[in-house]
Amino acid sequence: MTDATITDAATRPPATNPVQRLSLTWFGVVPFLIFAFLFLILPTLNIVIGAFRTPDGSVTLANIRGLFVPEIINPFWLSMKISLLTAFLGCLIGLAMAAAVTKGGLPSWIRDAMLTFSGVASNFAGVPLAFAFIATLGRLGLVTVVLKEVFGINLAGLGFNLISFLGLTLTYLYFQIPLMILIITPALDGLKREWREAAEMLGATGSQYWRMVAMPVLWPSLLGTFALLFANAFGAVATAMALTGSSLSIIPIILFAQIRGDVLQDPHLGYAVAFGMIVITGIANLVYIVLRARAERWLK
Amino acid sequence: MIRSPRFWSWVAFGGGLLYFFIPLIGMFEFSLRARRGEYSFQAYTNVLSDPQFHQTFVYSAIMALFTIVFGVLIVTPTAFWVRLKLPRLRPIVEFITLLPLVIPPIVIVFGYIRLYNTSSWLPLTGSAFGTDILLMFGYATLALPYMYRAIDTGLRSIDVGTLTEAAQSLGAGWFTIITRLILPNVLVAVLSGAFLTFAIVIGEYVFAALLNRPAFGPYMVWMGGNKAYEPAALAVLAFAITWACMALIQLATRFSKHTRAQR
Repeated sequence: MTDATITDAATRPPATNPVQRLSLTWFGVVPFLIFAFLFLILPTLNIVIGAFRTPDGSVTLANIRGLFVPEIINPFWLSMKISLLTAFLGCLIGLAMAAAVTKGGLPSWIRDAMLTFSGVASNFAGVPLAFAFIATLGRLGLVTVVLKEVFGINLAGLGFNLISFLGLTLTYLYFQIPLMILIITPALDGLKREWREAAEMLGATGSQYWRMVAMPVLWPSLLGTFALLFANAFGAVATAMALTGSSLSIIPIILFAQIRGDVLQDPHLGYAVAFGMIVITGIANLVYIVLRARAERWLK
Repeated sequence: MIRSPRFWSWVAFGGGLLYFFIPLIGMFEFSLRARRGEYSFQAYTNVLSDPQFHQTFVYSAIMALFTIVFGVLIVTPTAFWVRLKLPRLRPIVEFITLLPLVIPPIVIVFGYIRLYNTSSWLPLTGSAFGTDILLMFGYATLALPYMYRAIDTGLRSIDVGTLTEAAQSLGAGWFTIITRLILPNVLVAVLSGAFLTFAIVIGEYVFAALLNRPAFGPYMVWMGGNKAYEPAALAVLAFAITWACMALIQLATRFSKHTRAQR
Protein backbone atom coordinates (compact mmCIF):
# COMPACT_ATOMS: atom_id res chain seq x y z
CA MET A 1 0.00 0.00 0.00
CA THR A 2 1.47 3.36 -1.00
CA ASP A 3 0.90 6.62 0.80
CA ALA A 4 -0.86 8.13 -2.16
CA THR A 5 -3.69 5.61 -2.33
CA ILE A 6 -4.58 5.93 1.35
CA THR A 7 -4.57 9.71 1.15
CA ASP A 8 -6.70 9.44 -1.92
CA ALA A 9 -9.18 7.14 -0.22
CA ALA A 10 -9.35 9.25 2.90
CA THR A 11 -9.93 12.55 1.14
CA ARG A 12 -12.30 11.30 -1.55
CA PRO A 13 -15.95 12.29 -0.99
CA PRO A 14 -17.75 9.47 0.87
CA ALA A 15 -20.42 9.00 -1.81
CA THR A 16 -18.08 7.62 -4.48
CA ASN A 17 -17.26 4.20 -3.13
CA PRO A 18 -18.15 3.58 0.54
CA VAL A 19 -17.16 -0.08 0.51
CA GLN A 20 -13.63 0.51 -0.73
CA ARG A 21 -13.25 3.51 1.56
CA LEU A 22 -14.19 1.45 4.57
CA SER A 23 -11.75 -1.33 3.76
CA LEU A 24 -8.90 1.15 3.30
CA THR A 25 -9.73 2.90 6.55
CA TRP A 26 -9.48 -0.41 8.34
CA PHE A 27 -6.06 -0.98 6.84
CA GLY A 28 -4.50 1.49 9.32
CA VAL A 29 -4.96 -0.85 12.28
CA VAL A 30 -4.24 -4.11 10.45
CA PRO A 31 -0.56 -4.45 11.51
CA PHE A 32 -1.56 -4.02 15.15
CA LEU A 33 -4.43 -6.49 14.86
CA ILE A 34 -2.20 -9.08 13.17
CA PHE A 35 0.41 -8.65 15.90
CA ALA A 36 -2.16 -8.90 18.70
CA PHE A 37 -3.78 -11.91 17.07
CA LEU A 38 -0.56 -13.86 16.49
CA PHE A 39 1.25 -13.09 19.75
CA LEU A 40 -1.49 -12.53 22.27
CA ILE A 41 -4.85 -13.97 21.27
CA LEU A 42 -3.87 -17.05 19.28
CA PRO A 43 -1.39 -18.38 21.90
CA THR A 44 -4.00 -17.93 24.63
CA LEU A 45 -6.74 -19.56 22.56
CA ASN A 46 -4.39 -22.42 21.79
CA ILE A 47 -3.95 -23.10 25.51
CA VAL A 48 -7.67 -22.77 26.21
CA ILE A 49 -8.55 -25.20 23.40
CA GLY A 50 -5.78 -27.55 24.52
CA ALA A 51 -7.39 -27.66 27.95
CA PHE A 52 -10.53 -29.19 26.42
CA ARG A 53 -8.81 -31.68 24.13
CA THR A 54 -7.43 -35.17 24.55
CA PRO A 55 -3.99 -35.94 23.05
CA ASP A 56 -5.69 -37.47 19.99
CA GLY A 57 -7.75 -34.33 19.41
CA SER A 58 -11.26 -35.13 20.61
CA VAL A 59 -13.16 -32.82 22.98
CA THR A 60 -13.12 -33.67 26.68
CA LEU A 61 -13.71 -32.28 30.15
CA ALA A 62 -11.35 -34.79 31.74
CA ASN A 63 -8.45 -32.27 31.87
CA ILE A 64 -10.55 -29.78 33.82
CA ARG A 65 -11.72 -32.56 36.13
CA GLY A 66 -8.06 -33.52 36.51
CA LEU A 67 -7.42 -30.17 38.21
CA PHE A 68 -9.42 -31.27 41.24
CA VAL A 69 -6.76 -33.44 42.78
CA PRO A 70 -4.89 -32.35 45.93
CA GLU A 71 -1.51 -31.80 44.21
CA ILE A 72 -3.06 -29.21 41.87
CA ILE A 73 -5.99 -27.78 43.78
CA ASN A 74 -3.85 -27.10 46.87
CA PRO A 75 -1.34 -24.91 44.97
CA PHE A 76 -4.29 -23.10 43.37
CA TRP A 77 -5.73 -22.54 46.83
CA LEU A 78 -2.39 -21.38 48.24
CA SER A 79 -2.01 -18.91 45.36
CA MET A 80 -5.53 -17.60 45.94
CA LYS A 81 -4.84 -17.15 49.66
CA ILE A 82 -1.59 -15.28 49.07
CA SER A 83 -3.16 -13.12 46.37
CA LEU A 84 -6.24 -12.33 48.47
CA LEU A 85 -4.21 -11.54 51.58
CA THR A 86 -1.62 -9.35 49.80
CA ALA A 87 -4.37 -7.59 47.83
CA PHE A 88 -6.33 -6.93 51.04
CA LEU A 89 -3.33 -5.73 53.05
CA GLY A 90 -1.99 -3.81 50.04
CA CYS A 91 -5.31 -1.95 49.71
CA LEU A 92 -5.56 -1.24 53.44
CA ILE A 93 -1.99 -0.03 53.98
CA GLY A 94 -1.81 1.73 50.62
CA LEU A 95 -5.04 3.59 51.39
CA ALA A 96 -3.78 4.59 54.83
CA MET A 97 -0.53 5.92 53.39
CA ALA A 98 -2.20 7.68 50.45
CA ALA A 99 -4.79 9.24 52.78
CA ALA A 100 -2.01 10.35 55.11
CA VAL A 101 -0.22 12.30 52.39
CA THR A 102 -3.24 13.64 50.49
CA LYS A 103 -5.65 14.43 53.33
CA GLY A 104 -3.62 14.13 56.51
CA GLY A 105 -1.91 17.50 56.54
CA LEU A 106 1.61 16.28 55.80
CA PRO A 107 3.95 18.62 53.88
CA SER A 108 3.40 18.46 50.12
CA TRP A 109 6.98 17.44 49.26
CA ILE A 110 6.29 14.15 51.07
CA ARG A 111 3.42 13.51 48.70
CA ASP A 112 5.59 14.04 45.61
CA ALA A 113 8.42 11.96 47.04
CA MET A 114 6.05 9.13 47.93
CA LEU A 115 4.42 9.05 44.49
CA THR A 116 7.83 8.96 42.80
CA PHE A 117 9.02 6.22 45.12
CA SER A 118 5.80 4.26 44.50
CA GLY A 119 6.46 4.40 40.77
CA VAL A 120 9.89 2.87 41.37
CA ALA A 121 8.83 0.30 43.98
CA SER A 122 5.85 -0.97 41.97
CA ASN A 123 8.31 -1.74 39.17
CA PHE A 124 10.97 -3.15 41.49
CA ALA A 125 9.37 -6.58 41.46
CA GLY A 126 10.66 -9.93 40.37
CA VAL A 127 14.09 -11.35 41.03
CA PRO A 128 15.88 -8.32 42.59
CA LEU A 129 13.03 -7.84 45.06
CA ALA A 130 13.44 -11.40 46.27
CA PHE A 131 17.19 -10.79 46.73
CA ALA A 132 16.48 -7.64 48.76
CA PHE A 133 14.26 -9.61 51.14
CA ILE A 134 16.71 -12.49 51.43
CA ALA A 135 19.38 -9.92 52.33
CA THR A 136 17.07 -8.44 54.95
CA LEU A 137 15.06 -11.25 56.50
CA GLY A 138 16.95 -14.31 55.29
CA ARG A 139 19.04 -16.49 57.59
CA LEU A 140 21.96 -14.01 57.48
CA GLY A 141 19.91 -10.94 56.62
CA LEU A 142 20.39 -7.57 58.25
CA VAL A 143 17.21 -7.59 60.34
CA THR A 144 17.69 -11.21 61.40
CA VAL A 145 21.26 -10.54 62.53
CA VAL A 146 20.49 -7.24 64.28
CA LEU A 147 17.54 -8.76 66.14
CA LYS A 148 19.66 -11.68 67.27
CA GLU A 149 22.80 -9.81 68.28
CA VAL A 150 21.35 -6.59 69.66
CA PHE A 151 17.98 -7.67 71.03
CA GLY A 152 18.56 -11.38 71.52
CA ILE A 153 15.52 -12.28 69.43
CA ASN A 154 15.92 -15.36 67.30
CA LEU A 155 13.54 -15.04 64.34
CA ALA A 156 14.04 -18.62 63.18
CA GLY A 157 13.47 -19.78 66.76
CA LEU A 158 10.14 -17.94 66.75
CA GLY A 159 9.14 -19.98 63.72
CA PHE A 160 9.73 -17.27 61.10
CA ASN A 161 10.97 -18.47 57.76
CA LEU A 162 11.22 -16.24 54.70
CA ILE A 163 10.47 -19.20 52.45
CA SER A 164 6.90 -19.49 53.67
CA PHE A 165 3.42 -18.10 53.27
CA LEU A 166 4.23 -15.22 55.61
CA GLY A 167 7.56 -14.47 53.93
CA LEU A 168 6.03 -14.41 50.45
CA THR A 169 3.20 -12.19 51.70
CA LEU A 170 5.68 -9.70 53.20
CA THR A 171 7.63 -9.65 49.93
CA TYR A 172 4.62 -9.25 47.63
CA LEU A 173 3.39 -6.30 49.69
CA TYR A 174 6.49 -4.43 48.54
CA PHE A 175 4.98 -4.01 45.07
CA GLN A 176 1.30 -4.23 46.06
CA ILE A 177 1.24 -1.24 48.42
CA PRO A 178 2.92 1.17 45.95
CA LEU A 179 0.57 0.06 43.18
CA MET A 180 -2.38 0.82 45.47
CA ILE A 181 -0.92 4.24 46.31
CA LEU A 182 -0.47 5.06 42.61
CA ILE A 183 -4.04 4.09 41.72
CA ILE A 184 -5.89 5.41 44.76
CA THR A 185 -4.23 8.84 45.05
CA PRO A 186 -6.18 10.31 42.09
CA ALA A 187 -9.38 8.91 43.61
CA LEU A 188 -8.58 10.56 46.95
CA ASP A 189 -7.85 13.82 45.12
CA GLY A 190 -11.33 13.47 43.63
CA LEU A 191 -12.90 13.79 47.07
CA LYS A 192 -13.99 17.40 47.03
CA ARG A 193 -13.19 19.66 49.94
CA GLU A 194 -16.79 20.95 49.80
CA TRP A 195 -18.13 17.52 50.74
CA ARG A 196 -16.07 17.51 53.89
CA GLU A 197 -17.06 21.06 54.74
CA ALA A 198 -20.71 20.29 54.11
CA ALA A 199 -20.48 17.23 56.34
CA GLU A 200 -18.79 19.20 59.10
CA MET A 201 -21.36 21.97 58.83
CA LEU A 202 -24.06 19.36 59.41
CA GLY A 203 -22.19 18.27 62.53
CA ALA A 204 -20.34 15.17 61.31
CA THR A 205 -17.17 14.06 63.08
CA GLY A 206 -14.05 13.08 61.15
CA SER A 207 -14.80 9.39 61.37
CA GLN A 208 -18.45 9.94 60.40
CA TYR A 209 -17.29 11.84 57.31
CA TRP A 210 -14.99 8.97 56.30
CA ARG A 211 -17.58 6.30 57.05
CA MET A 212 -20.64 7.96 55.52
CA VAL A 213 -19.29 10.21 52.75
CA ALA A 214 -15.76 9.33 51.64
CA MET A 215 -16.00 5.53 51.85
CA PRO A 216 -19.17 5.13 49.77
CA VAL A 217 -17.56 7.31 47.07
CA LEU A 218 -14.25 5.44 47.21
CA TRP A 219 -15.77 1.98 47.50
CA PRO A 220 -15.84 1.10 43.77
CA SER A 221 -12.22 2.25 43.31
CA LEU A 222 -11.17 0.27 46.36
CA LEU A 223 -12.87 -2.93 45.24
CA GLY A 224 -11.61 -2.43 41.69
CA THR A 225 -8.03 -1.92 42.81
CA PHE A 226 -8.36 -4.94 45.06
CA ALA A 227 -9.21 -7.02 41.98
CA LEU A 228 -6.23 -5.62 40.09
CA LEU A 229 -3.84 -6.32 42.97
CA PHE A 230 -5.23 -9.82 43.24
CA ALA A 231 -4.53 -10.58 39.57
CA ASN A 232 -1.13 -8.92 39.91
CA ALA A 233 -0.07 -11.25 42.72
CA PHE A 234 -1.70 -14.31 41.21
CA GLY A 235 0.32 -14.17 37.99
CA ALA A 236 3.67 -13.30 39.62
CA VAL A 237 6.28 -15.99 39.07
CA ALA A 238 9.77 -14.50 39.23
CA THR A 239 9.61 -13.16 42.80
CA ALA A 240 8.40 -16.45 44.24
CA MET A 241 10.84 -18.40 42.09
CA ALA A 242 13.89 -16.41 43.21
CA LEU A 243 12.73 -16.34 46.83
CA THR A 244 11.78 -19.94 47.38
CA GLY A 245 13.30 -21.90 44.51
CA SER A 246 10.47 -24.32 43.96
CA SER A 247 9.92 -25.30 47.59
CA LEU A 248 6.65 -23.39 48.00
CA SER A 249 3.97 -24.83 45.72
CA ILE A 250 2.01 -21.92 44.36
CA ILE A 251 0.29 -22.48 41.06
CA PRO A 252 2.53 -20.36 38.75
CA ILE A 253 5.55 -22.32 39.99
CA ILE A 254 3.78 -25.62 39.29
CA LEU A 255 2.98 -24.39 35.77
CA PHE A 256 6.58 -23.23 35.28
CA ALA A 257 7.88 -26.68 36.21
CA GLN A 258 5.25 -28.27 33.97
CA ILE A 259 6.34 -26.20 30.95
CA ARG A 260 10.02 -26.94 31.66
CA GLY A 261 9.72 -30.65 32.19
CA ASP A 262 6.14 -31.95 32.14
CA VAL A 263 6.15 -32.75 35.88
CA LEU A 264 2.43 -33.55 35.79
CA GLN A 265 3.20 -36.13 33.09
CA ASP A 266 0.22 -35.04 31.04
CA PRO A 267 0.65 -32.02 28.70
CA HIS A 268 -3.08 -31.45 28.51
CA LEU A 269 -3.34 -31.22 32.29
CA GLY A 270 -0.77 -28.41 31.95
CA TYR A 271 -3.11 -26.56 29.56
CA ALA A 272 -5.93 -27.05 32.04
CA VAL A 273 -3.79 -25.48 34.81
CA ALA A 274 -3.03 -22.50 32.54
CA PHE A 275 -6.72 -22.25 31.66
CA GLY A 276 -7.62 -22.23 35.36
CA MET A 277 -5.21 -19.33 35.90
CA ILE A 278 -6.77 -17.35 33.03
CA VAL A 279 -10.26 -17.93 34.45
CA ILE A 280 -9.27 -16.66 37.91
CA THR A 281 -7.35 -13.55 36.76
CA GLY A 282 -10.06 -12.97 34.13
CA ILE A 283 -12.79 -12.85 36.77
CA ALA A 284 -10.67 -10.55 38.95
CA ASN A 285 -10.11 -8.15 36.05
CA LEU A 286 -13.73 -8.24 34.93
CA VAL A 287 -14.64 -7.05 38.43
CA TYR A 288 -11.96 -4.38 38.10
CA ILE A 289 -13.20 -3.09 34.74
CA VAL A 290 -16.85 -2.92 35.82
CA LEU A 291 -16.11 -1.20 39.12
CA ARG A 292 -13.58 1.14 37.54
CA ALA A 293 -16.17 2.43 35.09
CA ARG A 294 -18.51 3.07 38.00
CA ALA A 295 -15.77 4.77 40.04
CA GLU A 296 -14.81 7.17 37.28
CA ARG A 297 -18.21 8.83 37.43
CA TRP A 298 -17.19 10.44 40.72
CA LEU A 299 -13.88 11.73 39.46
CA LYS A 300 -15.20 14.06 36.77
CA MET B 1 -6.78 8.46 73.88
CA ILE B 2 -7.63 10.75 70.99
CA ARG B 3 -4.89 12.20 68.86
CA SER B 4 -5.07 14.59 65.93
CA PRO B 5 -5.42 13.24 62.38
CA ARG B 6 -2.01 14.64 61.60
CA PHE B 7 -0.50 12.38 64.27
CA TRP B 8 -2.01 9.30 62.62
CA SER B 9 -0.82 10.54 59.21
CA TRP B 10 2.74 10.62 60.53
CA VAL B 11 2.26 7.13 62.00
CA ALA B 12 1.04 5.72 58.67
CA PHE B 13 3.79 7.48 56.78
CA GLY B 14 6.50 6.47 59.26
CA GLY B 15 5.42 2.82 59.23
CA GLY B 16 5.53 2.80 55.45
CA LEU B 17 8.94 4.44 55.50
CA LEU B 18 10.33 1.68 57.73
CA TYR B 19 8.82 -1.12 55.65
CA PHE B 20 10.09 0.29 52.37
CA PHE B 21 13.55 1.41 53.43
CA ILE B 22 14.71 -1.46 55.65
CA PRO B 23 14.89 -3.95 52.73
CA LEU B 24 16.81 -1.39 50.68
CA ILE B 25 19.27 -0.87 53.52
CA GLY B 26 19.42 -4.62 54.10
CA MET B 27 20.15 -5.28 50.45
CA PHE B 28 22.89 -2.63 50.36
CA GLU B 29 24.48 -3.74 53.62
CA PHE B 30 24.43 -7.38 52.51
CA SER B 31 26.07 -6.52 49.19
CA LEU B 32 29.03 -5.01 51.10
CA ARG B 33 29.75 -8.13 53.17
CA ALA B 34 31.66 -10.13 50.56
CA ARG B 35 34.94 -9.86 52.49
CA ARG B 36 34.97 -11.36 55.94
CA GLY B 37 35.13 -8.82 58.76
CA GLU B 38 35.00 -5.61 56.72
CA TYR B 39 32.72 -3.77 54.34
CA SER B 40 33.91 -3.68 50.75
CA PHE B 41 32.68 -3.40 47.20
CA GLN B 42 34.10 -6.85 46.45
CA ALA B 43 30.70 -8.27 45.40
CA TYR B 44 30.26 -5.44 42.91
CA THR B 45 33.77 -5.99 41.53
CA ASN B 46 33.00 -9.69 41.15
CA VAL B 47 29.72 -9.00 39.36
CA LEU B 48 31.05 -6.28 37.09
CA SER B 49 34.07 -8.34 36.04
CA ASP B 50 31.94 -11.40 35.26
CA PRO B 51 31.76 -11.86 31.47
CA GLN B 52 28.36 -13.52 31.92
CA PHE B 53 27.08 -10.31 33.49
CA HIS B 54 28.22 -8.31 30.48
CA GLN B 55 26.79 -10.73 27.94
CA THR B 56 23.38 -11.12 29.58
CA PHE B 57 23.03 -7.43 30.40
CA VAL B 58 23.95 -6.33 26.89
CA TYR B 59 21.61 -8.98 25.46
CA SER B 60 18.70 -7.72 27.56
CA ALA B 61 19.49 -4.07 26.85
CA ILE B 62 19.53 -4.75 23.09
CA MET B 63 16.28 -6.70 23.37
CA ALA B 64 14.79 -3.76 25.26
CA LEU B 65 15.84 -1.32 22.52
CA PHE B 66 14.36 -3.47 19.77
CA THR B 67 11.20 -3.96 21.81
CA ILE B 68 10.87 -0.19 22.26
CA VAL B 69 11.35 0.51 18.54
CA PHE B 70 8.92 -2.22 17.54
CA GLY B 71 6.40 -1.15 20.19
CA VAL B 72 6.50 2.50 19.10
CA LEU B 73 6.18 1.52 15.43
CA ILE B 74 3.15 -0.66 16.05
CA VAL B 75 1.37 1.42 18.71
CA THR B 76 1.77 5.00 17.41
CA PRO B 77 0.09 4.54 13.99
CA THR B 78 -2.65 2.43 15.61
CA ALA B 79 -3.44 4.91 18.38
CA PHE B 80 -3.31 7.77 15.85
CA TRP B 81 -5.54 6.01 13.36
CA VAL B 82 -8.07 4.98 16.00
CA ARG B 83 -8.31 8.59 17.22
CA LEU B 84 -8.58 10.02 13.72
CA LYS B 85 -10.64 7.56 11.69
CA LEU B 86 -11.93 4.68 13.76
CA PRO B 87 -13.26 5.92 17.10
CA ARG B 88 -15.75 3.06 17.03
CA LEU B 89 -12.87 0.59 17.22
CA ARG B 90 -11.46 2.24 20.33
CA PRO B 91 -13.09 -0.03 22.96
CA ILE B 92 -11.84 -3.11 21.10
CA VAL B 93 -8.28 -1.83 20.71
CA GLU B 94 -8.20 -0.71 24.36
CA PHE B 95 -9.49 -4.08 25.46
CA ILE B 96 -6.76 -5.86 23.50
CA THR B 97 -4.06 -3.62 24.96
CA LEU B 98 -5.27 -4.46 28.48
CA LEU B 99 -5.27 -8.21 27.88
CA PRO B 100 -1.59 -8.68 28.87
CA LEU B 101 -2.59 -7.53 32.37
CA VAL B 102 -5.33 -10.15 32.48
CA ILE B 103 -3.58 -13.16 30.99
CA PRO B 104 -0.62 -14.18 33.18
CA PRO B 105 2.67 -13.87 31.21
CA ILE B 106 3.49 -17.50 31.95
CA VAL B 107 0.34 -18.56 30.07
CA ILE B 108 1.24 -16.40 27.05
CA VAL B 109 4.74 -17.87 26.80
CA PHE B 110 3.26 -21.35 27.22
CA GLY B 111 1.13 -20.60 24.15
CA TYR B 112 4.22 -19.40 22.24
CA ILE B 113 6.04 -22.65 22.95
CA ARG B 114 3.05 -24.61 21.72
CA LEU B 115 2.41 -22.51 18.61
CA TYR B 116 5.89 -21.69 17.39
CA ASN B 117 7.86 -24.84 18.22
CA THR B 118 10.05 -26.62 15.69
CA SER B 119 7.23 -28.83 14.38
CA SER B 120 4.71 -26.00 13.93
CA TRP B 121 3.68 -23.88 10.92
CA LEU B 122 5.97 -21.04 12.01
CA PRO B 123 8.98 -22.69 13.72
CA LEU B 124 10.37 -19.57 15.38
CA THR B 125 11.97 -21.49 18.25
CA GLY B 126 13.98 -23.54 15.77
CA SER B 127 16.85 -21.04 15.64
CA ALA B 128 18.42 -18.62 18.11
CA PHE B 129 17.52 -15.70 15.87
CA GLY B 130 13.91 -16.85 15.51
CA THR B 131 13.63 -17.25 19.27
CA ASP B 132 15.01 -13.74 19.76
CA ILE B 133 12.31 -12.41 17.44
CA LEU B 134 9.68 -14.35 19.37
CA LEU B 135 11.06 -13.05 22.67
CA MET B 136 10.92 -9.49 21.34
CA PHE B 137 7.28 -9.96 20.33
CA GLY B 138 6.63 -11.34 23.81
CA TYR B 139 8.24 -8.32 25.47
CA ALA B 140 6.28 -6.00 23.16
CA THR B 141 3.13 -7.79 24.33
CA LEU B 142 4.07 -7.34 28.00
CA ALA B 143 4.78 -3.65 27.42
CA LEU B 144 1.66 -3.08 25.30
CA PRO B 145 -0.65 -1.82 28.10
CA TYR B 146 1.90 0.78 29.22
CA MET B 147 3.04 1.79 25.75
CA TYR B 148 -0.50 2.22 24.43
CA ARG B 149 -1.71 4.18 27.45
CA ALA B 150 1.34 6.47 27.34
CA ILE B 151 1.03 7.25 23.62
CA ASP B 152 -2.76 7.55 23.69
CA THR B 153 -2.51 10.04 26.56
CA GLY B 154 0.05 11.97 24.52
CA LEU B 155 -2.30 12.05 21.51
CA ARG B 156 -5.16 13.28 23.69
CA SER B 157 -3.27 16.49 24.48
CA ILE B 158 -2.87 17.49 20.82
CA ASP B 159 -5.60 18.22 18.30
CA VAL B 160 -4.97 15.27 16.00
CA GLY B 161 -7.74 16.08 13.50
CA THR B 162 -6.81 19.71 12.87
CA LEU B 163 -3.08 19.01 12.71
CA THR B 164 -3.61 16.20 10.21
CA GLU B 165 -5.86 18.33 8.01
CA ALA B 166 -3.34 21.17 8.10
CA ALA B 167 -0.56 18.81 7.07
CA GLN B 168 -2.68 17.27 4.33
CA SER B 169 -3.59 20.65 2.90
CA LEU B 170 0.13 21.37 2.73
CA GLY B 171 0.56 18.18 0.73
CA ALA B 172 1.96 15.78 3.35
CA GLY B 173 1.45 12.04 2.92
CA TRP B 174 0.63 9.65 5.78
CA PHE B 175 4.25 8.65 6.30
CA THR B 176 5.27 12.31 6.65
CA ILE B 177 2.33 12.99 8.97
CA ILE B 178 3.22 10.18 11.34
CA THR B 179 7.00 10.63 11.36
CA ARG B 180 7.27 14.42 11.22
CA LEU B 181 4.05 15.58 12.86
CA ILE B 182 2.60 12.97 15.23
CA LEU B 183 5.77 11.36 16.62
CA PRO B 184 7.51 14.67 17.52
CA ASN B 185 4.33 15.87 19.20
CA VAL B 186 3.95 12.77 21.36
CA LEU B 187 7.70 12.33 21.87
CA VAL B 188 7.47 12.80 25.63
CA ALA B 189 4.73 10.17 25.87
CA VAL B 190 6.80 7.83 23.68
CA LEU B 191 9.81 8.37 25.95
CA SER B 192 7.80 7.56 29.10
CA GLY B 193 6.58 4.37 27.47
CA ALA B 194 10.11 3.58 26.32
CA PHE B 195 11.74 3.91 29.75
CA LEU B 196 9.01 1.86 31.37
CA THR B 197 9.48 -0.81 28.70
CA PHE B 198 13.22 -0.78 29.38
CA ALA B 199 12.64 -1.31 33.10
CA ILE B 200 10.26 -4.20 32.40
CA VAL B 201 12.47 -5.97 29.84
CA ILE B 202 15.75 -5.69 31.79
CA GLY B 203 14.40 -7.60 34.79
CA GLU B 204 12.04 -9.99 32.98
CA TYR B 205 12.51 -13.63 33.91
CA VAL B 206 9.69 -15.94 32.81
CA PHE B 207 9.74 -15.36 29.04
CA ALA B 208 13.52 -15.51 28.76
CA ALA B 209 13.83 -18.57 31.01
CA LEU B 210 11.16 -20.61 29.25
CA LEU B 211 12.39 -19.64 25.78
CA ASN B 212 15.95 -20.46 26.92
CA ARG B 213 17.57 -17.18 26.00
CA PRO B 214 20.64 -15.80 27.85
CA ALA B 215 18.92 -12.72 29.31
CA PHE B 216 19.66 -10.77 32.49
CA GLY B 217 16.67 -12.15 34.45
CA PRO B 218 17.70 -15.83 34.24
CA TYR B 219 21.30 -14.78 34.99
CA MET B 220 20.14 -13.11 38.21
CA VAL B 221 18.23 -16.24 39.24
CA TRP B 222 21.28 -18.36 38.48
CA MET B 223 23.41 -16.05 40.65
CA GLY B 224 20.81 -16.30 43.42
CA GLY B 225 21.21 -20.05 43.47
CA ASN B 226 25.00 -20.12 43.32
CA LYS B 227 26.44 -17.07 45.09
CA ALA B 228 25.93 -15.46 48.48
CA TYR B 229 26.65 -11.73 48.25
CA GLU B 230 26.65 -11.08 44.50
CA PRO B 231 22.83 -11.35 44.21
CA ALA B 232 22.46 -8.45 46.65
CA ALA B 233 24.86 -6.41 44.53
CA LEU B 234 22.80 -7.28 41.46
CA ALA B 235 19.64 -6.21 43.28
CA VAL B 236 21.24 -2.85 44.12
CA LEU B 237 22.18 -2.41 40.45
CA ALA B 238 18.66 -3.41 39.32
CA PHE B 239 17.14 -0.96 41.78
CA ALA B 240 19.39 1.80 40.46
CA ILE B 241 18.34 1.00 36.88
CA THR B 242 14.63 1.06 37.79
CA TRP B 243 15.14 4.33 39.63
CA ALA B 244 16.99 5.82 36.64
CA CYS B 245 14.19 4.80 34.26
CA MET B 246 11.54 6.41 36.48
CA ALA B 247 13.67 9.53 36.93
CA LEU B 248 14.04 9.84 33.15
CA ILE B 249 10.25 9.57 32.75
CA GLN B 250 9.76 12.40 35.25
CA LEU B 251 12.45 14.43 33.57
CA ALA B 252 10.81 13.98 30.16
CA THR B 253 7.43 14.99 31.57
CA ARG B 254 8.85 18.06 33.28
CA PHE B 255 10.68 19.03 30.10
CA SER B 256 7.45 18.85 28.10
CA LYS B 257 5.58 21.06 30.61
CA HIS B 258 8.35 23.60 30.25
CA THR B 259 8.15 23.74 26.45
CA ARG B 260 4.35 23.91 26.53
CA ALA B 261 4.38 26.83 28.94
CA GLN B 262 6.61 28.83 26.62
CA ARG B 263 4.16 28.68 23.75
